Amino acid sequence: MSDHEYIPKSKFGKWFNDRLPLLSLANHLTDYPTPKNLNYWWTFGGILTFCLITQIVTGLVLAMHYIAHADMAFESVEHIMRDVNYGWLIRYIHANGASMFFLAVYIHIFRSLFYGSYKSPREIIWIIGIIIYLLMMAAAFMGYVLPWGQMSFWGATVITNLFSAIPLVGEGIVTWLWGGYSVDNPTLTRFFTLHYLIPFLILGLVVLHIWALHVPGNNNPVGIDIKKPSKDTVPFHPYIVIKDGFALLMFLIVFAFFVFYTPNILGHADNYIEADPLVTPAHIVPEWYLLPFYAILRSVPDKLLGVIAMLSAILILAALPWLDTSKIRSAVFRPLYKQFYWILVADVLILGYVGAMPAEGLYLLIARVATAYYFLHFLVVLPVLGFKEKTLPVPLSITEPILGGSPNLVAAKNDERLKE
Amino acid sequence: MKFFFKIFLFITIFFLSPYTLNAAEKVEYLKTDWSFKGLFGKFDRGALQRGYQVYTEVCSSCHSMKYLSYRNLSQKGGPEFTEEQAKAIAASFEVKDGPNADGEMFTRPGKLSDKFVMPYDNVKAAQAANGGAYPPDMSVLAKARGGGVDYIYSLLQGYEEPPAGVTLDDGVYYNKYMYGNKIKMSNQLSDGLVEYGDGTNATVEQMSKDVTTFLMWAAEPHLESRHQMGFKAIVYLIILTILVYFSMKRIWSRIKTEV
Repeated sequence: MSDHEYIPKSKFGKWFNDRLPLLSLANHLTDYPTPKNLNYWWTFGGILTFCLITQIVTGLVLAMHYIAHADMAFESVEHIMRDVNYGWLIRYIHANGASMFFLAVYIHIFRSLFYGSYKSPREIIWIIGIIIYLLMMAAAFMGYVLPWGQMSFWGATVITNLFSAIPLVGEGIVTWLWGGYSVDNPTLTRFFTLHYLIPFLILGLVVLHIWALHVPGNNNPVGIDIKKPSKDTVPFHPYIVIKDGFALLMFLIVFAFFVFYTPNILGHADNYIEADPLVTPAHIVPEWYLLPFYAILRSVPDKLLGVIAMLSAILILAALPWLDTSKIRSAVFRPLYKQFYWILVADVLILGYVGAMPAEGLYLLIARVATAYYFLHFLVVLPVLGFKEKTLPVPLSITEPILGGSPNLVAAKNDERLKE
Repeated sequence: MKFFFKIFLFITIFFLSPYTLNAAEKVEYLKTDWSFKGLFGKFDRGALQRGYQVYTEVCSSCHSMKYLSYRNLSQKGGPEFTEEQAKAIAASFEVKDGPNADGEMFTRPGKLSDKFVMPYDNVKAAQAANGGAYPPDMSVLAKARGGGVDYIYSLLQGYEEPPAGVTLDDGVYYNKYMYGNKIKMSNQLSDGLVEYGDGTNATVEQMSKDVTTFLMWAAEPHLESRHQMGFKAIVYLIILTILVYFSMKRIWSRIKTEV
């Protein structure tokens, strides 16, 4: 927040701004004081905004050609791939864009976990973020159903069937969700409607997410509160804009490689077989970004408890600001938390791996241990760590570790997370 | 920057892992050099034309290709028959059309705009004629199987006598690349089965390669323009990234912070 009141230069600008302060908003966004030590993990917020816009724009074009009907959906996708001008490009951007979106969101979330960005006073930003993440999963799942391939159909069947685990009303709810007694045309049309709606809900929440961010300002790798504006900060434009732009371009190179050279590697071959309610695929697997939660679901022998475990695994994140009792934000000054953090990262990757494997034998055992550890991390390790951990002394400002005078100077200098 | 490349490396490894994971769990397929793989991969025109011949003369008696039209045969990036050739091919098929002004259905020679004629009227008819098994539509087959073209190429050459202890029902055949090794399609290819117009020796291996190339094109008719555009897009992005990098360095040089 800039200290000075913004006054437009032109007379019309002033007239307009007095009635709708859009220019003040633009001025706030360009001047917005940002910690100057933000590293590249912080560029993923901008990348995610780009991903959302890309999905909305490509999705809009696809929706002009797609037909949401059980008998025609698969064919209409093939029509897009073959006969619509650059339809293949639009569709491959949209399909791979979903994966890139999730990749970026996972990096964004884990960055927050490392640097304690969810802690006071940023709890609301964090909770809005979790809601966005939940909506993203819903949108991605329903989007995957639309091509009406085998994985679409059977994925939809498996996931909607989870609701049947609810006692007493479960079966009724599933019938209600399907709009019939099995996944069929009514399911497809409502999924299409919701798939079209959710991105705009996400867009609205993103506005709130950024608004909430601009109240306390960005966290930073040192994790301390900084004076704004000060010599610890830089104006958002041009410094952060160009840096985010550079990171986005690097991200786009990876994105383009997938779109142009291996557009189907992240999907499943079975989804190029048209949905057939009479033939069940050998393995029903969700998209890679849902695999860790799929592993948690399957690691619990009871269906209802499995669903509860899977939902808790996501919702527990919303309680994180209160589960983490440590006053220090950044893991840089938390030697023990840093180790547990990397164990959690490994744990989630392992869950993702076993989620893609059949739920039997050793895989099932690994999934169970990893699931248990996942909850242990949030419910036991984090609360206890806040009281037990001996944290390192935290510098008073961002410039301090660079200019010297900190008791923690050597540690800060050797830590490259602080350098950038 | 060093830090940045760590992120970049992480992303690359993360996404390359499915390649290695997939490779680990599959049967070793027969390998051949596909002209359409790689950064500049293009279809071999001759292989596509020969592949179309194999499809029409062998596969098409059971397998449909319902998303392709005869006009596709003369499209750029495909077999690239001349328009006259494609018209002649289309005209060699009888297409059911109608109803006419009298309300009657009638047959007429095919046109470029017609979809490939289907071997059976419907799925039930196809199943009835093939011992209950439905010969899958081949339009996107190359993308609809885990091993892709390598799998199809291998499968066509993977017929052998069942090992001792394996008993096969009537109308079921043993194929070492098929999932579960049991397949309801009998061995279709034999040396010299078709006579190639360009004089290529029609060995089983050659025909398998040709028809698989054709199937890949059928599944991805825009593969060539995708590769071409991809190369341009990535070169463009790399140049732009370098320019933006130096602009960023310049802008941040005003501040005593490394970027």
